[in-house]
Amino acid sequence: MKWFNYAAPQSLDQAVALMAANPGARPLAGGTDLLVQMRSGRKETDYVVDVKRVPELNEIAYDPARGLTLGAAVPCYRIYGNASVARAYRSLAEVAALIGGTQIQGRASIGGNLCNAAPSADSVPLLIALGGRCRIVGTAGTREVAVEDFCTAPGRTVLESGELLVSINLPPPAPVSGARYLRFIPRNEMDIAVAGAGVQVVMDNGRFLSARIALAAVAPTPLFVREAGDSLAGRAVSVASLAEAAELARRAARPITDMRGTAEYRRHLCGVLTRRALEAAIEIAREAR
Amino acid sequence: MHDKTRIRTTINGEPQDLLCEPRQSLLECLRDIVGLTGTKEGCNDGNCGACTVIMDDRIVASCLVLGVEAEGATITTIEGIARGSQLHPIQRAFLENAALQCGVCTPGFIVAAKALLDQEPHPSEERIRLYLANNLCRCTGYDKIVRAVQQVAAIEEAPQ
Repeated sequence: MKWFNYAAPQSLDQAVALMAANPGARPLAGGTDLLVQMRSGRKETDYVVDVKRVPELNEIAYDPARGLTLGAAVPCYRIYGNASVARAYRSLAEVAALIGGTQIQGRASIGGNLCNAAPSADSVPLLIALGGRCRIVGTAGTREVAVEDFCTAPGRTVLESGELLVSINLPPPAPVSGARYLRFIPRNEMDIAVAGAGVQVVMDNGRFLSARIALAAVAPTPLFVREAGDSLAGRAVSVASLAEAAELARRAARPITDMRGTAEYRRHLCGVLTRRALEAAIEIAREAR
Repeated sequence: MHDKTRIRTTINGEPQDLLCEPRQSLLECLRDIVGLTGTKEGCNDGNCGACTVIMDDRIVASCLVLGVEAEGATITTIEGIARGSQLHPIQRAFLENAALQCGVCTPGFIVAAKALLDQEPHPSEERIRLYLANNLCRCTGYDKIVRAVQQVAAIEEAPQ
């Protein structure tokens, strides 16, 4: 790796000041993407700001009224090991246990997964489905961006030079709701999604009050398919309503053909995964009732 | 000349100060500075698990940790698993089950298996396979490794 300077600030103010004073500085959380990319030369920086000692980026706090505050540097193992997350956001615990193997989960964070902005990022469709919002801090102050608006292109985000993703905030789950992320990989574990679907459903007496659906690895960014979820609002659970939502997701996908799969195959997967994820989320909502 | 950074760690129970460059991985620090060459470099990008060490009770790929990130950390490498000349039960089980051939993956597997059994003394086969999924072995086909860990997991008392 090329030489760089390193700092591990203890406060958010210090971290923001360091980011601002060193244009091109890169924040380091788990490092499981960044260090690989710096070693291969895909990313270059002469300043690394380790944000793991900043309290706001390390916090994981649940409040039944305000929802979950997930610090951007919290590693996956702390997410699936957290009792509140396991209870109120089971789908998030599941996705944190899905990313990488044990060693990766000991370091990698959901905030890093989001900032890495890979189209195939496993956690991002779920965060979109759960209605997540990003808290971003820079020298100009704090702003909030919906997760679906955070990634702008492969490897690119709305973060301006000097800005940090501090936390992802998830609203409290509705009383009768369920969420699920499903991906297709040719192996059983530890692979990059050929396609993925994250969904959340809010139910009332066998009807959808609302639903949110997002897709992985079928567009330049994780893809929020608003119309697919909206098509379910007010309708009863039925083969037809699920098929329509799945078809809308399938049509919204804009996949490419690469070594992991053809565009046609990926589009097909979007329909199948959306329907299956909806069925799973409906089942979870039934159990929650 | 760039300055090096002084890092204070505890490695295998001993306080250890390191003078390292920020760009050096923990793996490079362990091997090239401390001289603990039991930890192996396989892929150097987090896929193979050969460089697995225990850092503050969690296994990590030491190629994906900077040495400077280890400030204040407690680290266990393969050299810290045996007690003097007394092999750890996992090491004995690897020998008894012929769970190694070329040996490059073995330190990572043993360190990871120890971390698992310290947390969960009696994991199922499925749990063992999932926990060790980030450790690759191109020789054994995994069955003998899993059997070795199962043998230790079947012992009533947790290994120390």
